[in-house]
Amino acid sequence: MIREITLGQYYPVDSVLHRMDPRTKLFGTMVFIVSLFLANSLAAYGVATVFLVLVIRLSKVPFSFMIRGLRAILFLLLISVSFNLFLTPGTEVFRIGFLRMTWEGLRLAGFMALRLIYLVIGSSVMTLTTTPNELTDGLEKSMGFLNRVGVPVHEVSMMMSIALRFIPILVEETDKIMKAQMARGADFESGNLIQKAKSMVPLLVPLFISAFRRATDLAMAMEARCYHGGEGRTKMKPLCYHRRDTMGYLVYAGYLLAIVLLRHFS
Amino acid sequence: MGIIRASRLIYDYIRRDEDDHVEEVSRAIDGLDLDIKAGDFVAILGHNGSGKSTFAKQINGILLPTEGTVWISGMKTTDESHIWDIRKTAGMVFQNPDNQIIGNIVEEDVGFGPENLGVPTDEIWQRVDESLEAVGMTAYRMKSPNKLSGGQKQRVAIAGVMAMRPQCIILDEPTAMLDPNGRREVIRTVHELNQKEGITVLLITHYMEEVIEADRVIVMDDGRLVMDGTPREIFSRVKELKSYRLDVPQVTELAYELKQAGVDLPEGILTIEELTEHLLPIFRKANAL
Amino acid sequence: MSIRAEHINYLYGEGTAFEQYALKDVSFEIEDGQFIGLIGHTGSGKSTLIQHLNGLLRASSGKIYYNGEDIDQEGYDKKALRSHVGLVFQYPEHQLFEVDVFSDVCFGPKNQGLSNEVTEQRAREALIQVGLDERLWTQSPFELSGGQKRRVAIAGVLAMQPEVLILDEPTAGLDPRGRDEILDEISALHEEKGMTIILVSHSMEDIARYADRILVMSHGEKLFDAPPKEVFRHYQELERIGLAAPQITYVVRSLKEKGIALEDDITTVEEAKTAILRLLRKADGRA
Repeated sequence: MIREITLGQYYPVDSVLHRMDPRTKLFGTMVFIVSLFLANSLAAYGVATVFLVLVIRLSKVPFSFMIRGLRAILFLLLISVSFNLFLTPGTEVFRIGFLRMTWEGLRLAGFMALRLIYLVIGSSVMTLTTTPNELTDGLEKSMGFLNRVGVPVHEVSMMMSIALRFIPILVEETDKIMKAQMARGADFESGNLIQKAKSMVPLLVPLFISAFRRATDLAMAMEARCYHGGEGRTKMKPLCYHRRDTMGYLVYAGYLLAIVLLRHFS
Repeated sequence: MGIIRASRLIYDYIRRDEDDHVEEVSRAIDGLDLDIKAGDFVAILGHNGSGKSTFAKQINGILLPTEGTVWISGMKTTDESHIWDIRKTAGMVFQNPDNQIIGNIVEEDVGFGPENLGVPTDEIWQRVDESLEAVGMTAYRMKSPNKLSGGQKQRVAIAGVMAMRPQCIILDEPTAMLDPNGRREVIRTVHELNQKEGITVLLITHYMEEVIEADRVIVMDDGRLVMDGTPREIFSRVKELKSYRLDVPQVTELAYELKQAGVDLPEGILTIEELTEHLLPIFRKANAL
Repeated sequence: MSIRAEHINYLYGEGTAFEQYALKDVSFEIEDGQFIGLIGHTGSGKSTLIQHLNGLLRASSGKIYYNGEDIDQEGYDKKALRSHVGLVFQYPEHQLFEVDVFSDVCFGPKNQGLSNEVTEQRAREALIQVGLDERLWTQSPFELSGGQKRRVAIAGVLAMQPEVLILDEPTAGLDPRGRDEILDEISALHEEKGMTIILVSHSMEDIARYADRILVMSHGEKLFDAPPKEVFRHYQELERIGLAAPQITYVVRSLKEKGIALEDDITTVEEAKTAILRLLRKADGRA
């Protein structure tokens, strides 16, 4: 059923990683991404691989879930690999017509592929172990400094969390509106592009009106429950660091140091 | 003076065109005087457009009077310095269960009110626990609101209001979008809160069977208070109720019809037991048993 | 001329771990001109069922025949089917979209490919049928009251001139008078035009008053299929699946238990009144 749609891809098990503070995980993901761009040797990628495997094991999420995200970038991966393979100048391995594959290209393409794959898996680890709510909270707290330059961090994160709540409702509503219009003979499939665009009007108008209504209702309900922005607000689930988070930061430091050292001495 | 009081309350919806000229004025509340005693369970009946929902929104200052005054626990709703105290005192539950739940997890939604009030974290948890318990939703505290039934969602909304520790709850057609089971669930919960926690309840509805157990029933029509009394008093005036586009439960209607046809029944019969009890002697006397 | 369903099954999430029967071996036949009440608690499969009857959902297995023709066969015109079997969903807000009421009602017939003239003619007839004040025809449908919106939504389907009209809880959220008005108009369509009506409702009182046959759904299965009097006799089973009989049935039962000799099959206030008065008068006559 359409109701079952969940946003993000949270995998509910209990692990150290799941229990970690979202800020720690956000920061860790950033460290990992930076490290991928610093790594330029086989040894450095080896370290990254060990780090990633360790983290995946800690997360208790099945490996098959980790690589699901790869499907989305398969095409991008193929293109960038073949570009690197054939367009890098250097010693020739073989050639088919005007296409020359080089040793340098092979090396570059390999690193490029690893980098992309690790990037996707690395961020999947975070989204699989963190609920969208925690993620919003983590973002709000760690981006708090932006408040000083006038970015409404609390409001943005409140909006994100409301969007999370209402997207499944609106998806279901879209389905209902489509059916109601189809019962009146509407046709959403056939016709050329212009006809198709026109046929969307009976779907979009009720959908927008409903979304606006929900927004007004919700604003009223929030006000009735004394919502008046982030000021003076307390938290039911305030974020606070535990020992596992300190450990996490220490591991990041060690990992990043190793990658930097390898870059300098290779 | 009761917990909710309205005096010569008038409210106009004003529609303006682009240049801010008044295009249309429609009077939703027209000189309403009302005093509600703390601890009472009061039902407000009225057809769609009778002004009952507009009145509900006056109580916690979502709408402010065009003329006249509303007091909540002695605080005037027009007094801006008290607006949060007023909203804390008079909590509100709305019609559409989806459009009033903010949190993505039941317990987080219940904590939303206390968070806004700046309640310390430990106490928020305590209040959330108590409120969920009071509406019988503890078992669902970790669920997503999207997976609950309509009746359960409304109970979560009620818990969200309870967590603000209000003295009274206003429910604006809380059952209009629910099925009969959900309806019963919500009404039962509200009665429990009224009896166990002593919360003043103002239930706005047009389902007649929901008001039978109220302490007091008020009927609104055209923005005015037109009937006010106990359920029995109100339901004995079947014809008048019908003239306000309302109805009575079948048992009341049958009793009324029989009385009209000359059967010697008392007025305002509300339950099956009452009707049976009063009909039996009549049958006995007529030797019809 | 009829709708016939034969062993309909409908599965959600087929082939996944969440596989679940929404409909399980449902069969029935609806003859022309009947007034059917369809009842069941939320999630009993009644909404899924009605969407099968106009081809919005396709059964996982089983067949549906409209006027003897299998609606799932290759080349069957589903769009035409939807104008024969009109379906009005619960919330009018889900279908109203035009700038004014009249254009909105024209949407259906226009989709049928009718000429402007015929389309407008039909829209006019439909709006008159549902009793919507002509002054409202040029208004935006979004500014109407709940009951008026409901009427426009029904007119929007009526304008396609269906032979069967299915209504999913057409009275939800309306006040008592608004409810009676809508139901009376639906009943008029049935009486005067001979239209087949399938009314989905939670109100047993309404169903008892209008329907001449009731289908009861529970957990995706058809539990009862009989005239109201017979179905409501099984009030205990109805209660077990989260439904009930009309309140008047319980009144009559309570009186019977005390020895008042009323008939078993009273389901409306009118019937109860007549029966009680008759008993009293008979006794009077004897005395």
